[in-house]
Order: sequence, then C-alpha cells, then structure tokens
Amino acid sequence: MITLNVNGSTFDTETAPETPLLYVLRNEMELNGAKFGCGLGQCGACTVLADGRPIFSCLTPIAMLAGREITTLEGLGSIDSPGPVQKAFMDEQAAQCGYCIPGMIMRAHALLLQNSAPDETTIREALEPSLCRCGTHMRILRAVHRASEGFQQQTSAAGEASQ
Amino acid sequence: MKVLYGLAIALIVLAAAAVAYAVSPRALEAVERPDPQSFDKAAVAHGERLALIGNCAECHTAERGGAYAGGRPIPTPLGTIYSTNITPDPETGIGTWSQEAFRRAMYEGLDREGQHLYPAFPYHHFTKVMPDDVDALYAYLMTREPVRNEPPENELRFPFNLRPLLAGWKLLYLDNERFAGLSDADEKVNRGAYLVQGLGHCGGCHTPRNALQAEKQDEFLRGEVTEGWYAPAIAGDVPAAVKWNEAQLADYLAGRWLEEHGVALGAMAPVAHNLSRVPDEDVAAISAYIVSLMEGDKLEADAEITGAVGEPPDSGDIGAVIYAGACAVCHEASPSPSATGLPLAYSTSLRIPTPLNLVRIVEEGVKPPEGQPGRYMPGFAGALTEDQMVALATYLRGQFTGLEPWADVDDVVARRMRNESGTKAGTAEAE
Repeated sequence: MITLNVNGSTFDTETAPETPLLYVLRNEMELNGAKFGCGLGQCGACTVLADGRPIFSCLTPIAMLAGREITTLEGLGSIDSPGPVQKAFMDEQAAQCGYCIPGMIMRAHALLLQNSAPDETTIREALEPSLCRCGTHMRILRAVHRASEGFQQQTSAAGEASQ
Repeated sequence: MKVLYGLAIALIVLAAAAVAYAVSPRALEAVERPDPQSFDKAAVAHGERLALIGNCAECHTAERGGAYAGGRPIPTPLGTIYSTNITPDPETGIGTWSQEAFRRAMYEGLDREGQHLYPAFPYHHFTKVMPDDVDALYAYLMTREPVRNEPPENELRFPFNLRPLLAGWKLLYLDNERFAGLSDADEKVNRGAYLVQGLGHCGGCHTPRNALQAEKQDEFLRGEVTEGWYAPAIAGDVPAAVKWNEAQLADYLAGRWLEEHGVALGAMAPVAHNLSRVPDEDVAAISAYIVSLMEGDKLEADAEITGAVGEPPDSGDIGAVIYAGACAVCHEASPSPSATGLPLAYSTSLRIPTPLNLVRIVEEGVKPPEGQPGRYMPGFAGALTEDQMVALATYLRGQFTGLEPWADVDDVVARRMRNESGTKAGTAEAE
C-alpha cells in the first residue's frame, strides 16, 4: 500500500507502485483537473506539483511520491473561491478549449512560488514544457503577469482561508 | 607542508616571470577596420565553413548575446574564463586586428596588444591549421556584424590569474607546428585528422588534462569531464555497446538519430548542430579518422540486443519501479515515433565511468536545437529525489550494461542535484 498526500489530505492506494500518479488522481481520487494529453511528458496537460515543483504526473510512478506533498489544480482553489492564478486566468479569459490550462496554471503557480515578480522571458521559459494548440499564448502570458501582481498577499490570505 | 607549497608556488611564479620577461611579446599595430567588401567572397564562405567546424560561435556567444560577441562563462577547475568578443567591433572586439595579429593569436595565443591568452582558447590545436585556412577564418570574422560588448573580467584563482605565467605554460605545452599529415593514412583520413587535431579541437573536451590543464598527449581522446559533461573516449576502447562505423558516426556528427547510438546530447549537441551545416565530405573525413582510432571488440551493429525488461518490476527496487513507470513508455515499445527513446542497452551514458551524463539527461531532458525537429525527452528535475536518482542510476547501469556499479554515484547525484536546484547554472548551460 502507498500513502499519498494530495492537497493536504492523505490517500491510501493498493495500486501497483509503478503506476503513474495521473491514473490514481483521476480514476481513484476523482481529481480530474490534471488531464491526460500525450502520456509521454511532451504536452504538460498532466502537470501537478510535488513539493512545490512541477512534474508530469503521467510519467511519475506513485512509488516516487510517497511522503511528498502533491498539489493539484483542485488544491489551488475552487469555482467559488479560485486561487490567484486561477482567478487571473479567468479574468484574462485565457482558456480556449482549456485542455492545457490546468498544466499552465500549475506551472505558473510553481513559478510564482519561487519568484513572485517574474519577467516575460522567465515566464515563457517556465511555461515552455506546456503546449497549447488553440493559440491563447498571449492571454496566458497576460494572465501570469496579472497573477504575479499581489500574488504573495493573496496566497497568504487564501492559505489562511483554507485552514 | 604549507610553507613548502608556498615556496614552490613562489618559485614557479618567479621562474615564469623571468621567462615572461625574456620573451615579452610585442604589441602589433592597430589597423583601421578592413572594409568588409575588400575580402574575397570565396574566402569568406570558406571561413564560414571552418568556423562551424571550429565550433567558434559556441564559446564566443553568450546566452541571448550577439553572435561572436563573447562573454560566455567557461567554467574550468581553475576558475571562470569569459570568452572574448571576436566581432570586428574596433573597441571591444577585433576590429583593429590585422591579419597578422589574427594569425599570431591563432598560432601563439597572444592578443593584438601582446597579452597572453588562456588556452581555453585552444590555440594549442590551432597551431595545426594551415595559414590559408586561418586567413579565411579572419575574412569570415571581419565581415560579421560588429557588436559592442565588453565581456566580464575572468574570475581565476591566484596564481592562475597572472597572465605572464602563460609564457611558462606555452614553453611546456605549445608546439607551434602546422599539421604534418599522417604517414600511413589515405587522403580522407588525413583530412579528418587535420580537422580533428586542428580547428575541430575535439581533444579540447575529449582528451584528459593534467593539473595545469594541458591535454595529456598519451591519452589522446580517451575521455574527460569538461564543462559539466563527461566527453566519452572516442579513441581506443570506446564506451559504446555496438561498433561504430564511418557512416553511422557521420550521421551522429551531423545531429541525426541512430537506432544503435542515439543522438548527440549535452555539450556535443551544438557541435553536431554546427556540423549539420558543413559539407558532407568534411563530416565524412572526421568520421573516418575517428573510427580509425577506435579499438576493442564490440558487437556488430545488427546484433540482437534489446535489453527490454517486459516483466512487472520488483517492487522492492525503487530504481526498477521508476524505470517501469517513467522510462519504459518511451525506451521500450514507444507508441509514438517522436517519443521513441534509445533502448538503454545501447546507451553510452550508462557505459562511461561516471553517472554525470545520465543524471543530467534525466534531470534536464533532451531537446532538439531551437526551431529544429528532433528527438525530445522530458526533464525530470523536481520529480526525483536524490535517493531515487541514485537508485535509478544504479538499476539502469546494472540492468542494461552488466558493468561494475558506479562507485561515486551518491556524490555525483548530490553535487549535481543540489547545484541544479540551487543556482540552475547547470540547466542554463545545457539549454
């Protein structure tokens, strides 16, 4: 049995240890924010955070994650109370089909945790592993800029609210 | 002990200073920047081809900097050297250098003012280059866009920051002789030897160095750690699973993917990208010479070698579990041609004496050159802990090569991954 720590709650699973996290998130925990895109670490739609750093959940066996802190899109906020990055993406209408957006948001969130005022080049480099086929890149970039404004205050406020 | 050490250093400094004084180089006259139109077009084109073979742009261009404008940090065991600006800018580049001054730099390692240059600029290879080729390179560089850029000062430890000491280094290690030709080789291999030993300066990375950073001639191309990557042995008993042949190596050198050897990675990737733009006959010559230096029994290229694991992994070995869940999807029976990884039984990175390249590839992934099609592998930085990386490296080495485990795997992983998450210096370099 492997115990996962997802969005602050623990979850026990009997699934084989080499199973990628994405399958456990979607099929067992019904956390459907992370998407299956390519299954090869090429598109970024499955991105979640492990100890604050972005990982491809489609290529990360659950055995690697025992005891580590996993954050998914659902961990950043809800429809009623979106997190700062989620809110910025909605305000900028950054989604077209939306399939890549959970990965984009997770990568942007990880970046802002490290650097709350990134410049354009830094944002582009951080989001590079995520692909968007609709072409909303400019809106996504605007959303990340918007999210960076006051990110720190809002995350601390959201952190208190969720506790 | 400390006193002795200090005394020895003092003696070396004094001796070198005496030598430096005795052979104190003179400054050559500054010239007006030559009119780009004055250069022969054929010479400029020839120079461009040579600059690609010499990989000049790689060291002389900083990340996001102007082409050939210098300022790229070159890490060495003695400190950091910043490459010079070799655009024809009169103030910060080589705009006031005559052809004579350029030749002297290439053959004697001196700048126009007569200051010694560090052998990170591999003049100990360029001495082999024929004067016509040096002049063509000059014609090419002097017709580039001048870029105003003053590179940062070098950050070298005492006493290596004292340039006059280089007079002593040159006395020991610089042999100012042109390429004489191999006595027992055909024209193609000879051409290859000329390019490899001269402008291509392959030994700059692939030949082991002594404490004074001179290449050990008796270990020519036998493998060395350079700029954060292990440049494998490419002569003698090379760490490949199957035999290289000339056609395969030529493909590899031109950046193409090979079923039995994979694709050029790390510090070799830009070299291959440059060689993909030079005429095939030059790459074929380099390949012929290098293959002629390889020895040892290897499997033939068509040998049956799969190494596929196929079975569910032993759940007690986290390395095996990681391979099954994260790696095998591409490295065994991939569903997509673009994601077909090298079967790891063929991997050179698993057969070299250090896990350094493996750790870097796993962390940073593989990307084709900017704007080019090619193989892609995602980077796993952030996904693996140090313990998991050690377990994975140890498992892969045992499972796919049957060689002795890497003794220093814990050290290499710790150094590499702490550096990576701390400064990102390593990743920036590879991108």
